[in-house]
Amino acid sequence: MKKLHETIEKAADLAFDMHFTAAKEWKSAQPDRVLIGHLPIYFPKEIIHAVNGLAVSIFGTGDRMQIIKGDAYYQSYICHLPRGVIELALNDNLDGFDGFIFPSICDVIRNLSGMFKMLEKGKFVKYMDFPQNFRSEVGGNFYRSEMEHVLSEIKKINGVSLNIERLNEAIVLFNKNRRLINEIYDIRQETPWKLTISDFYQIIRGGMVVPVQQHNEMLEIVCEELQHNIGEPMDKIKVVVSGAFCEQPPVGLLKTIEAAGCYVIDDDFTLGARWLEADVEENTSDPIGALVDAYLKHSTFSSAVYDVGNPKGERLVALARKRKADGIVFAAPSFCDPAMLDRPLMQMVCEREGLRYIDFQYHENIGQFKVIKEQVGAFSDSIKLWDDTLVA
Amino acid sequence: MKKYYLGIDLGSTTSKAVIINEKDEIIGRGITNTRANYEVAADIARLEAIYNARFSLLKERLADDDSFSTEHERYISDIENVFQFLQFKNRLDKLRIQLIQTAEETIHAEDKEAIKKIIHSIFDKIEPEIRNAYMKGDLGAKSEFFRDIIGERYHDGVAESEKKYFEELMVLFDKSITPVENEMVEFDFKNLVHQAMEILDSKYSELTKQQEDKSYHFDAELNLLMGNRKDISNSLQTHIDYIAVLDIHIANMTGTGYGRALLPFPEESIKSEILCHAFGAHAIFPNTRTVLDIGGQDTKAIQADKYGLVTSFHMNDRCAAGCGRYLGYIADELNISLNELGPLAMDSTKEVNICSTCTVFAGAEIRELINVGEKREDILAGLHKAIVMRAMSLIARSGGVRNEFTFTGGVARNQAVLKYVTALVKQNYGDEIIINIHVDSIFMGALGAAMFSRRGVDVDLPDQKKNRKELNVLAK
Amino acid sequence: MSNTKDMDVKKEESMVLQKNMLANLFSELSNAKESGKKVVYTFVPGNLSELIHAFDMLPVYPEINALQSGMRKKSRDFIREAEKVGHSEDVCTYVKCDVGMMMKGNIGPTGEKLPEPDLLLLSYTGCFTFMKWFENLERLYPGVPVAMLHTPYQEAGKITPEMTEYMVKQFKTEIIPKMEKVSGKKLDDDKLKQILNNSLQAEDLIQKIFESTRNVPTPIDAYFAGVYYIGPINAGFRGTSEAINYYQTLYDEVMDRVDKGLGPVTPIGEMEEERFRLVVEGPPNWTSFREFWSLFYEKGAVTVASTYTKVGGVYDYGFRHDPEHPFETLSEYCMNCYTNLNLPQRVDLIRKCITEYQADGFLTNSIKSCNSFSAGQLLMMRNLEDELGVPVGFIESDLVDPRYFSYSNIKNRLDSFFQMLDQRKMILA
Repeated sequence: MKKLHETIEKAADLAFDMHFTAAKEWKSAQPDRVLIGHLPIYFPKEIIHAVNGLAVSIFGTGDRMQIIKGDAYYQSYICHLPRGVIELALNDNLDGFDGFIFPSICDVIRNLSGMFKMLEKGKFVKYMDFPQNFRSEVGGNFYRSEMEHVLSEIKKINGVSLNIERLNEAIVLFNKNRRLINEIYDIRQETPWKLTISDFYQIIRGGMVVPVQQHNEMLEIVCEELQHNIGEPMDKIKVVVSGAFCEQPPVGLLKTIEAAGCYVIDDDFTLGARWLEADVEENTSDPIGALVDAYLKHSTFSSAVYDVGNPKGERLVALARKRKADGIVFAAPSFCDPAMLDRPLMQMVCEREGLRYIDFQYHENIGQFKVIKEQVGAFSDSIKLWDDTLVA
Repeated sequence: MKKYYLGIDLGSTTSKAVIINEKDEIIGRGITNTRANYEVAADIARLEAIYNARFSLLKERLADDDSFSTEHERYISDIENVFQFLQFKNRLDKLRIQLIQTAEETIHAEDKEAIKKIIHSIFDKIEPEIRNAYMKGDLGAKSEFFRDIIGERYHDGVAESEKKYFEELMVLFDKSITPVENEMVEFDFKNLVHQAMEILDSKYSELTKQQEDKSYHFDAELNLLMGNRKDISNSLQTHIDYIAVLDIHIANMTGTGYGRALLPFPEESIKSEILCHAFGAHAIFPNTRTVLDIGGQDTKAIQADKYGLVTSFHMNDRCAAGCGRYLGYIADELNISLNELGPLAMDSTKEVNICSTCTVFAGAEIRELINVGEKREDILAGLHKAIVMRAMSLIARSGGVRNEFTFTGGVARNQAVLKYVTALVKQNYGDEIIINIHVDSIFMGALGAAMFSRRGVDVDLPDQKKNRKELNVLAK
Repeated sequence: MSNTKDMDVKKEESMVLQKNMLANLFSELSNAKESGKKVVYTFVPGNLSELIHAFDMLPVYPEINALQSGMRKKSRDFIREAEKVGHSEDVCTYVKCDVGMMMKGNIGPTGEKLPEPDLLLLSYTGCFTFMKWFENLERLYPGVPVAMLHTPYQEAGKITPEMTEYMVKQFKTEIIPKMEKVSGKKLDDDKLKQILNNSLQAEDLIQKIFESTRNVPTPIDAYFAGVYYIGPINAGFRGTSEAINYYQTLYDEVMDRVDKGLGPVTPIGEMEEERFRLVVEGPPNWTSFREFWSLFYEKGAVTVASTYTKVGGVYDYGFRHDPEHPFETLSEYCMNCYTNLNLPQRVDLIRKCITEYQADGFLTNSIKSCNSFSAGQLLMMRNLEDELGVPVGFIESDLVDPRYFSYSNIKNRLDSFFQMLDQRKMILA
């Protein structure tokens, strides 16, 4: 128990350290280490790890910083996340980072990459265009060239070229990382009272700003601790939260959802950490090819990925069924086009499949949860009281 | 003939008028609440500015006359106070008549007399109260506008009277205030000043009688006045009569502000408030480079050059969050007056973190915060800070704060806003930034407009009649 | 006297041409079932007009339908319809307007019902929302094949060989096979070459038309009139001889105005005095287009360049379709559309316009719906202001959501902006 608490505390400190102290310390220990920041959702951190780098996930400032400069760059109808990211950049919180990667997930993040270029932040800024074509010789080749581009930028900084052995090692470490995270999801599916979603969230997020080995150690402690009987089950429904894959819900919001009578047993908060739903092939002669292959074949569903042929509404319902969830909570950040344009489509499938849902919007620095609490509470009550038959 | 220039700033909450002389010096100011009838609001402000100008010119005249000393200034201020009261009383009487008339027309026969009696008793009580307040030059910090002053006192009066007529009495007020407020009244300056002098006469004789009353504050000036008030008023008479009929020749005028398009001015006499605020602020503080103006409907961050001309500006986006109007909503939500917000927020020891400066959500957020036990002053402090944060981001958009920084607009009079503006400007742009706020900050737009009209083509009006006619267009 | 008359007739000629071209297209569309022509739904930026013609298909542009709905004051109801089924108030109103229009029976701008698509051609260029839009369309038309063309973003400010290769492969393995299957025809290389040749001629002409704003006074307004000028090239006629004819006619008219030293034509007649020359960034508002325009011409403000007229292709740097390399050239065309340029490239292009067309001011119309345009505009503006010392203005509106167009709010800001420009001119003089 004590170890679990210590781990949670440590993770929480890491997750919300707006100065990325741990990552900067790691970098300063050796001269040829590089620090790369990347935005949501997914980035193949393995390649950075293999060239003596650390890829740090940047989720913005949430409710942890007051935004002044950031607001100067954004109109009121644009989501909140990029304001915090700009604030970090202009406040020198990101000094010491060598490069920044902006995965292709929406136009706001895409243009933020251009703003970083104009503000001349880092030694390189790369908008990483993930392919929307999933044929290996078409989209696969393009994805490979995108990764090679990143590697060439890093080589310019520290002179380190990719070597197969080291990338294979990295792949093993990150496979392990995903397996450990998934294991905790599995434990929580059956016994969600052992670890609250807010603690779990911080354990994952805290690990996304430090070297993967360190995160794996933390996760191993958590897995071990969760073998014990902790806490008591309460009369709550089980829900999957969907739509929060980029701008993160504040911890207070997660606590609110659970306090209102829901166990969150799956979600898309830090989706990048478990984007790949299967292991990347280990110990191959073409580990980049293995990463490409994993992306093309084993990516999870997301609002950022073109889904015709494998519609995400159905995949969300399948996930909820697999987790034995009672319902879906659609929680999207205000002004998030991708999440919100998906919502009606996903809800249509939920209705067809008889899966209950509610929806609301938040922003990362929302401070008042009363309305959401009432809404979620009513949802939970309605399922507990009236929908016993549907739970099966 | 001396030429004067008029600037009118028709804002969303208040309408301001400023008259300047040929040296860009303010000689008259007028302000009133903006109401449904914009033209009346503008005209009331304009007349007030002209009356005020007459008093300034009187003081100026006396200053040139060696036979007058400082005590006369006190006397003139007193006259001005009473003068204002007389104008107020005119409306007050009209409101009483209007209320009685509305009661006559709308109230059931069996209640009519009782209600009329209550109205009379309320007004009988209010009138001397207000009179005293004007006499002492003290109307409290709450508000200076007829609607607000009378509204609050009437409400108190109703609350103290019979409960069963509460509804009727409040409805009567709502029905009666608007026509009275929107009615344009022009006074005969000379006549009113004479009345004022007579009233003052009785004030001073009363004071002489109450010499022993220790609660009343006496000072040397007052003592002097009481001793030879008769001489003073007699010797002033000629000056006052001269000023009362003096043609304040408005050679040109310019309108600005949120409602400027509604002013019946030719297009070339309408100027954007952005330009006017910068120009006005620059006139008062010639080193001004960055101007922040928080008005009722808009917040503006303006960069100006050494001539006071605008080089760049930014206004708040579509939502009115962070403007004066927002404070209005908050005041309504907390059921206090707008002018009490700032002082309350200043009592805070720790500001609550407010997330949405959205006017739509503000109410719900405040209620929730009160529910969870946050103190009213701490919530208010947080709200004030949130507004200032929005303003700071606008400033950043327009290129940041450059030395010197001048803060204008009605909201600049709010102490809590001022506190956060000062703190955040220093924190983000350095301690060496000089921050200017002037007592006339709310008049900066009107001042700038007046200055533009001085620089524009002079409309040389040959005689007073034409001049008056021209101006009276406003009243129609 | 007779001169004026001639001019009026000439002025009308290009307008009449355009009107007829669009009317014919819509009538062809309404007869598509009878004629057996296959119908392709696709987007303006990165549109593959040449391929659609090569396969004898007919295009439907949901964006153009949405903007037409906005101009015909129908968008409010359509948007409401989409919001009823769960679309958020926060998201792109083109999408909602289009979805709402389909839910209400898919009646097009001419009042005729639009045919259902035989192919959804998702050329996904410069706007992420396009992808979401097509996912929505795909659900509305289940079973209709979707061909997805992913256009890589010019993130590094250039087109790399890898990007072109990725696109060419998509043409060969995805786009062409699907178009062949739906149309039942093999791609005719010679025909495509001929069409591409037509495209390049029209592109030459339209670029010359937009460059006519170098003249003082400028003979055209590159934003408010510009949106009409780009109609044919963007709405399915690029690659046709009609387009060449239209742009030649228009070009002649414009040159005639230059010769006569005339200013642009506005809805209330010729602009008499050119007082302010502007470069405008961002799409216009469609629901109050005329009112919006009047706020400019009434003050003597004219647009000498606009970025919006480049969403369907940027021809300023010399790009023209190259008949000799069809897939490469189509790829390059897609990657070169305005919203597929990175922010520094956009700033470069605007800078070029401001300097070359001697603008007095730079105005951003920030559109709530369109993050692709809007996110970053404030920084772009600051950058241009600092670097060129050009006065900047900023207003906000929306594409087709009338709830987001506030006349007085925009007028207030524009008037202040114009007065600032005026003041500046006085100082400079």
